[in-house]
Amino acid sequence: MLFEVTDRELEPERLFNHVRKDAAGAVVLFHGVVRETNLGRNVEYLEYEAYPEMATKVMEQLVGELHSKWEITDVAIQHRTGRLEIGETSLLVAVSSPHRHEAFAAGEWLVDRFKDKVPVWKKEVFEGGEEWIEGDRH
Amino acid sequence: MGTVKVRLFARLAELAGTRSEEVEVGEGLRACDVYRLLETQHPAIAGLADTVMYAVNQEYAAPETPLKGGDELALIPPVSGGDSCCSR
Repeated sequence: MLFEVTDRELEPERLFNHVRKDAAGAVVLFHGVVRETNLGRNVEYLEYEAYPEMATKVMEQLVGELHSKWEITDVAIQHRTGRLEIGETSLLVAVSSPHRHEAFAAGEWLVDRFKDKVPVWKKEVFEGGEEWIEGDRH
Repeated sequence: MGTVKVRLFARLAELAGTRSEEVEVGEGLRACDVYRLLETQHPAIAGLADTVMYAVNQEYAAPETPLKGGDELALIPPVSGGDSCCSR
């Protein structure tokens, strides 16, 4: 398992290489990308903040749970903090499994749980204001 | 009895104007008591206690969790999710 919180550009190729194993017939790599509109507003940029020490612990628990649900070969996650522009990747989740159904299901589950549990916050700066986005579960 | 390190994040940190505080541990001090204490020092965070979750030593914890010297208490505003791609 690889988990990192970083203020640098994320590294999809590195994550792919981390989870790619000879036992795995499927790798799912999810990019969460900063979108140009939210709630009908024109987004200028996002600011992400994390509590990295706790994020690591929560992530370890989630990955433990993940392994109990699906046959997963390996998992790698990176989250970026600081200012992100439209089109930049804020979250990468890579999951490998012998079979694609499990890789897709586990990847989706992990992204959803991440959004619920991992202490990461997002401030949206839009035309005319800014707001911490709280409890956005979609 | 020592002190507790309190960490604030996101909206709470902005409103309070600080990311970290030290609080003396008194007899029976609980996580939620620390919030009340900080509310008096930083009135801008008053009224938000119901939206906040607590973590003691990097683990989610109930508001009534008792604290001891050396603990790290984090005040966790609602987490917003790691990506913006799927918000509708």
